[in-house]
Amino acid sequence: MASNGPNILKGVNLTKLRKAVFGKTTYRGIIAIIVTLIFWEACARLKVPVIGMIPAPSSVARSLTGLLFEASYWESWVVSFKRVFLGFIVAQIIGIPLGLTMGMRRTFRDLSFPIIEILRPIPPLAWVPTAVIFWPTPEMSMIFVTFLGAFFTMVLNILGGVRNIDIRYIRAAESLGSSKKDIFWRIILPATLPSLFVGSTVGMGITWEVVVAAEMIASRSGLGFLTWKSYVAGNYPVIVVGMISIGIAGYLSSSLIRFLGSRLTPWLKII
Amino acid sequence: MNVTKIYDPDGANVLALDDCCMEIQAGEFCVMVGPSGCGKTTLLNAIAGFHDITSGEIHLDGELLCSGTRMADPGADRIVVFQQGALFPWYTVLENATYGPLVQGKMAKAEARKAAEELLGDMGLKGILHNYPSEISSGMRRRVEIARAMMNDPKVLLMDEPYRAMDALTKTVMHKHLLDVYDATHKTIFFITHDLEEAIFLGSRVYVMTTRPGRIKKVIDVDIPRPRDFRVLSSERYLSLKGEAIEAVHEEAKRAFEAGERELA
Repeated sequence: MASNGPNILKGVNLTKLRKAVFGKTTYRGIIAIIVTLIFWEACARLKVPVIGMIPAPSSVARSLTGLLFEASYWESWVVSFKRVFLGFIVAQIIGIPLGLTMGMRRTFRDLSFPIIEILRPIPPLAWVPTAVIFWPTPEMSMIFVTFLGAFFTMVLNILGGVRNIDIRYIRAAESLGSSKKDIFWRIILPATLPSLFVGSTVGMGITWEVVVAAEMIASRSGLGFLTWKSYVAGNYPVIVVGMISIGIAGYLSSSLIRFLGSRLTPWLKII
Repeated sequence: MNVTKIYDPDGANVLALDDCCMEIQAGEFCVMVGPSGCGKTTLLNAIAGFHDITSGEIHLDGELLCSGTRMADPGADRIVVFQQGALFPWYTVLENATYGPLVQGKMAKAEARKAAEELLGDMGLKGILHNYPSEISSGMRRRVEIARAMMNDPKVLLMDEPYRAMDALTKTVMHKHLLDVYDATHKTIFFITHDLEEAIFLGSRVYVMTTRPGRIKKVIDVDIPRPRDFRVLSSERYLSLKGEAIEAVHEEAKRAFEAGERELA
């Protein structure tokens, strides 16, 4: 029963959830993964050029089983997650009010948009050297670079969301006697939520890309560093373990955002 | 009211409404018909407080609402029901209906909820109180929108072609519903449409507007007694009034078409 579950699951349609978990789509996905693994294992054993050079799934699985019992492996997860989430949260804290203000205030938009548009195309990784110089600790520079990964996407999505609000909703709200405050909290904010979550999902993906690359360049911890360290040490199966771990970590983070999004925008019926 | 409105996009003055004079009685179901672009919506927007006017004045209950120098403030005494509908998608039916009284501070939450439940129940919408607008049919959405407006007890209901995109069958049901609401409340309604049958069936008075610049060309008093139902549609009086309206509108539609041809040439 939904009502007996944790509060956050209240209202989740269990029949639909069961269908989503045990439905055709899930089986097809599992079959696809198994077929890929068999193909990969075969290529590795038959020493097929290029693809056969990648460590076989069986050796990757052995490395993974060993790593699962090592504290340092899990520490890499925690460190990378911390960097991603701190950068991401700061991007939300600064990006949401900035995007909303840019959307609502023309003068502010005219003043700030050119700056954002000049800074935006600079890849976050190009900031690494500068960040290392001007932030007091390497950790802060990592978080800063991660922040940049999500920040611009957040701002532009929210700005777009505010500017695309149908004028009818604003007029209807005015006609119903709303104050400016009501229009902001009851119309502009909920109307922007879908764009906010699109920006967050995309932004979360970028933060993982950025954090991993930044860890390879300028850090001595995290999943990116684990992968790089294994490459330098010639421990190829662990490279693949690192890559798969990064993939799973990114997937888990995006799923969390999507879940929050579907809970906070129930009218869109994503699930 | 007597209103003139000149639009000035890129310096090209477009006279949308030219000294458009009319007086709507309290409790009147006033229907405006006229060719596309004749300024019906311009007039409605000026009353609602969404647009200014160039000259003239609009009064509501003897008080000046707007003039050439003063734009009306939008307010809950003149609620608009929009052409494509404007229920807030992020609120449920019940939350939409209680929106007005809550933001105006006219009712406490529980009181507004009770009033809305009662009104929506009377309108046959009891089963969808907790649904989002995207989960109900367009006909139901329009009824909820009328209920949302009624919750504010407005002086006038401004309806901008609310049934335009609907199929004929749904429209019939919607007309009956609106007539029931009108018969029960006798609210003043300012209703814009292209559909002459709808105009005569619903209205107490039908104002035919000229092609741009919009002026009142003809006023047709619809003396068909209320309450009205679908049987009216085959009555002799209805057909003769409809004929009268068609004649007036046809002339204007032809002029509008020819003007459009000239503009394109």
